[in-house]
Amino acid sequence: MRLELVKRPQHSALFSAVSPFIALALTMIAGAIMFSLLGKNPLDALYYYFIDPLRETWSLHELAVKAAPLILIAVGLSVCFLSNNWNIGAEGQFIAGAIAGGILPVVFPHVQNVMVLPLMLVMGIAGGAAYAAVPALLKARFNTNEILTSLMLVYVAQLFLDWLVRGPWRDPGGMNFPETRDFHPYAVLPELMPSAGRANWGIVFALVAALILWFVLRRTLKGFEIRVLGQSPRAGRFAGFSASRMVMVSFLISGGLAGLAGISEVAGTIGQLQPSISPGYGFTAIIVAFLGRLNPLGIVAAGFVLALSYLGGEAAQISIGLSDKAARAFQGMLLFFVLGCDTLIHYRIRLAHSAPSKRTDVPQPSEPAEVA
Amino acid sequence: MATTGAGVDRKREGKAGGLLTVRGLTKIFGTLKACDGIDLSIGRGEIHALLGENGAGKSTFVKMLFGALEPASGEILWKGERVSISSPGAARHLGIGMVFQHFSLFEALTAAENIMLSLDEKTPILKIAERARELSKAYGLPLDPFAHVGDLSVGERQRIEIIRCLLQKPDLIILDEPTSVLTPQEADKLFETLETLRDEGKSILYISHRLEEVKRLCDRATVLRHGKVVAHCDPRKETATSLARMMVGDEVQAVKRAAGGSGGEVLLEVAGLARPAANPFAVPLRDIRLAVRSGEVLGIAGVAGNGQGELFEALSGEVLQESAASLRIRGKDAGRLSISGRRLLGAAFVPEERLGHGAVPQMRLSENLLLSRHVTDGRALVGPLWTVRGGALAKAAARIAAAMDVRKGGDDPEAAALSGGNLQKFIIGRELDRQPSVLVVNQPTWGVDAGAAARIRQALIDLARSGSAVLVISQDLDELFEISDAIAVMHDGRLSAPLPIAEATFEKIGLLMGGAEPGHHAGAPLETA
Repeated sequence: MRLELVKRPQHSALFSAVSPFIALALTMIAGAIMFSLLGKNPLDALYYYFIDPLRETWSLHELAVKAAPLILIAVGLSVCFLSNNWNIGAEGQFIAGAIAGGILPVVFPHVQNVMVLPLMLVMGIAGGAAYAAVPALLKARFNTNEILTSLMLVYVAQLFLDWLVRGPWRDPGGMNFPETRDFHPYAVLPELMPSAGRANWGIVFALVAALILWFVLRRTLKGFEIRVLGQSPRAGRFAGFSASRMVMVSFLISGGLAGLAGISEVAGTIGQLQPSISPGYGFTAIIVAFLGRLNPLGIVAAGFVLALSYLGGEAAQISIGLSDKAARAFQGMLLFFVLGCDTLIHYRIRLAHSAPSKRTDVPQPSEPAEVA
Repeated sequence: MATTGAGVDRKREGKAGGLLTVRGLTKIFGTLKACDGIDLSIGRGEIHALLGENGAGKSTFVKMLFGALEPASGEILWKGERVSISSPGAARHLGIGMVFQHFSLFEALTAAENIMLSLDEKTPILKIAERARELSKAYGLPLDPFAHVGDLSVGERQRIEIIRCLLQKPDLIILDEPTSVLTPQEADKLFETLETLRDEGKSILYISHRLEEVKRLCDRATVLRHGKVVAHCDPRKETATSLARMMVGDEVQAVKRAAGGSGGEVLLEVAGLARPAANPFAVPLRDIRLAVRSGEVLGIAGVAGNGQGELFEALSGEVLQESAASLRIRGKDAGRLSISGRRLLGAAFVPEERLGHGAVPQMRLSENLLLSRHVTDGRALVGPLWTVRGGALAKAAARIAAAMDVRKGGDDPEAAALSGGNLQKFIIGRELDRQPSVLVVNQPTWGVDAGAAARIRQALIDLARSGSAVLVISQDLDELFEISDAIAVMHDGRLSAPLPIAEATFEKIGLLMGGAEPGHHAGAPLETA
């Protein structure tokens, strides 16, 4: 007896709705097994992961702080992934945005007025978009693999930031710590409710971006173009859409949003530039994008789930001494199950009894499932 | 089909003692009975035709015979003994060989190397080449074992498949639509080979939906419809019409054609169009010239892979030309215009592939309507803020479905959920709905059932008669003769001068398809080696 995947005649609406939840459930089960293998009580671990961070107002604010960059980046990535462009370098675009936006408060600290913050945000978006334009141009002009180029540029950005904060941008009054001067008050992204917690305008940006992109993708001709080019490039060409222009557009959108996330993070949550400004938001956002089914509204929900896994990971570290690597592995399992469960949308599982094994010795006429 | 050739009326019943007997063979896919209790028997030294429309269950049936599919029920008797054929290897071991419709050859390898790959035992390549050469001589299948497959014509590639099959010394050879890729002359050669094999006592199961060749070649026929056997008959005692009626059920409506209109203004004009090959296996286009007038249907015939796909891309604007003047639509230079620009001039296009080119498989019909209409009907379909007007789209999609009789499950299903014929009707209807003044269609009825095909052909003729110019690229000669006012032939990236339909014959067109220069004596034998 064995399992067989049988192609559905039409994709299942039921499973496209429930497959993220199945994935979540499977992740919990696999996570519980991993935690017990690590010698921890799995129920305790899951409690600290998923329940404890939701019990107090300040930690809900923390959740918003973590979710904001994830959502911002992931909605941008959804445009890329839907159009079949694989931007894996959002982490680098996030850093590029933070650096570009940080020029004003770090290099020109004496410029202090209400225009500074809007300018910083615009420069952050421009920085992220410009950095994403590199792999996009390479793909559109020379047909390079954007997965490799965008990924490698992440390390370039990380090392460049590291050099900046240790070298030219180091805080002159900072006792040689590798960090820039603190951003002045005009350069700080305000908190929404300072008395209740740290959540800042970043989460508002994220929600607005998600709403706008949801509208664009669902309702407009541009969204149609994105989906057509992603699913069927030849049909896209037949429709008169340009694939190479779409490479640029999708990378600029996702790079710009990642840059906005980067500048929001340093101007809001951190308040200065440091050697490391992201716990891997740009990579985790890939999970968020897929967990949200590449739908911006789904991504909002998925962003909070992954933000919870960050907070829960920290909580579990503190309270039961779980390694932070375990938290990363947990996120990885989530992506694995999300992608795995997506199979159920187009295929159903069948138990086959003693069916013939797959034959490979001759040219196959075609898939057995195909009806002639 | 051409009726030249020998042995038309050679009556021979299969020698007593059937080679293969099939009883009640059934295969079910989901809720569909692809084959429903099929009975059939083939004697030794018999060419047995398996006739049926696309989707009648022919391919499913032979896949079960060849061990590629497992029957749900029924039995197969081979030389009087009950057998279960669990794999193609087992089938070949029994003595059943098969030549598939779509070849499985590596283009970068030689013929002999391709043959070697399919053999179970390890034989030196020179020995294989030797045996292949012997067989090719014995059966009149000229072939150079050391030629690279990439350089060979489709007919030659088919010979490799046949020789590969003969090397296994089969008693029964299954041929799946073997003439669909051949010129009439190449087909004639194939028939001679098959007749030689029959005379040696080998049996052949010949799958086709071409009635004339079945009448000419086959001793007996089994007709399938919707997975069931509707008749066993002697094709020589039937007429093409009676066979067609068995295949299709009710009478297929003949396409009505008013006298060909000509003398209208030229709406589509191509002059000196050339295009270098985009990759090593593509065909370069050379100095293509054609003109289609208002009211006219121009057919372009040709064996697959002679540049028809490249021509379509160049005409549609998916690939731009070097010079703007090489293509004129309604008198305006269009060579440098994108497909959208050409559509705005009044042209419409229907590509060969439905899924993935003419339509996005996972998108709904209404969305697929937007695919080719978003520029030309921007005002009706796209609202403020570039929002897509879902209501207008759904209404237009329903209108097209009704006009073309598109049968679908649900209001607005995904394109992939429709059968090939119904999706093709929708795609053609999508363009007709615009009343284009120029329509370019590539393979309008490829893989489409007879009813839908007749409807599509009638729609193309009606469009031309209403004053549009229609260019039809097709491999189906019957179709071109049915609807065209003139036929030009594509060979090796060149286009012949069009023959007015009154002067065109199968033989003339066939010679041009084989690459003969126009003006050659029509009866000249064709060099195919």
